[in-house]
Amino acid sequence: MNHENESMNQGRRDFLGAAAGVSAAAVAPGVFLHTPVANAAARTDPVTDLHRWGLLVDTSKCADGCTACVDACDSENGLNLQSKPHGQDELKWENQRAVWIRKVKLQDNLTGHVTNLPLMCQHCEHPPCVDVCPTGASFKRADGIVMVDRHTCIGCRYCMMACPYKARSFIHEQVDHKLTRAPRGKGCVESCNLCAHRLDSGDISTACAEACSAEGHQALIFGDLKDPMGPLRQALAKTPSRQIRQDLGLNTGVRYAGI
Amino acid sequence: MATIMTKGVLLALLAAVLGVGSAAYAEGVGDFVLPSSKAASLENCVEPTEYMRRNHFELIRHQRDETVYGGIRGDSHGLSGCVSCHVGYDDTGAPIEIDAEGQFCRSCHAYASVEMNCFDCHATVPRGEAWNHEVAAAHAHLTGSAPIGPTAAER
Repeated sequence: MNHENESMNQGRRDFLGAAAGVSAAAVAPGVFLHTPVANAAARTDPVTDLHRWGLLVDTSKCADGCTACVDACDSENGLNLQSKPHGQDELKWENQRAVWIRKVKLQDNLTGHVTNLPLMCQHCEHPPCVDVCPTGASFKRADGIVMVDRHTCIGCRYCMMACPYKARSFIHEQVDHKLTRAPRGKGCVESCNLCAHRLDSGDISTACAEACSAEGHQALIFGDLKDPMGPLRQALAKTPSRQIRQDLGLNTGVRYAGI
Repeated sequence: MATIMTKGVLLALLAAVLGVGSAAYAEGVGDFVLPSSKAASLENCVEPTEYMRRNHFELIRHQRDETVYGGIRGDSHGLSGCVSCHVGYDDTGAPIEIDAEGQFCRSCHAYASVEMNCFDCHATVPRGEAWNHEVAAAHAHLTGSAPIGPTAAER
């Protein structure tokens, strides 16, 4: 629309301008309906399927021992505000506390090659968690983000069982401290939502990708899977990548290179 | 001319009397807006006060679904808006939890004897509100974050 490619043929643009003439003025207001939210204002119209958000993880750049993405996610989404219930076993707490990104280390026993990767909700096109949810709380937003409507979640945890990526967490206890952008309550399931609050406020980034870039690793690239000129699709076009458990045919929004 | 002015003055007086009358009435049914909150300095809420008293939950519930499913965070009828405007502050300037004893939400819900469970999950003080304009601008240059552009479908 009014954000044409740089490569857009200027001659054609001139021609269109001349041909459209007066009618262009009448069309312009409609054009602005689709103007991208570049001024970082919170959105007032519903999300659409014109975008599908996703991530590319380049495991060759993911550093051993680095937890920048996990830490950034924790503070962005208030996960660091969880506290161990009094008297609970330390190991049990480590297993039970909510995490949205898990840092996974793979070792090929034959060659000894070690691969590090962050594993979070893969934002499937056909999410098993949505299939099994008895109340419809687990859902996929129009822009491809898979999330939980915790107002209707009854905490049955079917979705946690169904997820092949172990991406979801259950909140076992009342949480004392919450962030406005990240509500959290006892008895509900939650997982990565690709920092939906940022996207909805016009900031096209996620805390994890940003932290990874700030560390200088650039192992995480966030972007729009439906924008062929965007950074994500450009990176995907250059690098061979795959989905984890591609055999399940879920068409994940998070892709991995180097595995 | 003089008569018109007199009429004007009379109307203004009448309006003032009515205004005072309605304020007194509001106190009668319990005006729980805290003097230290931002709401105290405003004429009325996002909708007229009487409407808000009866229907605020309808608005919040509607906005809740708009936000969860549609990602709409730019409207003024959400719970985070209620909290940021109605939260009271103590002498040190720190916000007091809005569901605490004597605070805005709690005191009216106690008066009406209606259970309120928003704050089992939602923040009771404005803290870590959704990404705002300033922070977004500061992060716009970082790689890994891309400026939002039209997709092939939109071009």
